[in-house]
Amino acid sequence: MTNPTFERIQAEIDAHPVMLFMKGTAMFPQCGFSARVVQILSHLNVPFHTANVLEDAELRDGIKQFSNWPTIPQLYIKGELVGGSDIVSEMFQSGELATLLKEKGIPHQDAA
Amino acid sequence: MASRSERLHACLLAGFAPLLLEVQDDSARHAGHAGARPEGETHFSVHLVSDVFRGQSRVARARAVHEALAVEFAGGLHALSLKLQTPDEHATVF
Repeated sequence: MTNPTFERIQAEIDAHPVMLFMKGTAMFPQCGFSARVVQILSHLNVPFHTANVLEDAELRDGIKQFSNWPTIPQLYIKGELVGGSDIVSEMFQSGELATLLKEKGIPHQDAA
Repeated sequence: MASRSERLHACLLAGFAPLLLEVQDDSARHAGHAGARPEGETHFSVHLVSDVFRGQSRVARARAVHEALAVEFAGGLHALSLKLQTPDEHATVF
């Protein structure tokens, strides 16, 4: 990889088992879709790291190209794209998200 | 000129042979948000039921739809909420 933005993104998802690229911060999300993913991760008590694409134009464009995924937020678990807010919400509701976290050995508390 | 809503509908109809297709323009609810445009047509929801999704992961299904609508994303489509199901999944939802 020669693209410096891609290298930066790769370093972030390598360093953080649960990495969320979002608009705003976990404390102050600036988009309803990003807020929903933060809410779900918080509800499951998952330790996660965020990057605010609104503060970084290169990241904002780069993250869309990196995974060929045109929208934000984007959630990565152990380096793999899980999806955006629709997919994360569906997986949370069905229990698949908790199962995935368990499989990946990431500490969390089941919503139940 | 057709609205974006009509273009999304036509494109998905042609690409996925859907058993069910609903396209909703949510732009008004997002007016003033980042990515919204004064002329609207930025935020949409799609419910699509198709045999094409059988055996595909959630990410793969979304990618297929994103790909089909690449021109729209390039042209100002900002947010697309997707509910993508196989006929079986649609039938067994509660």
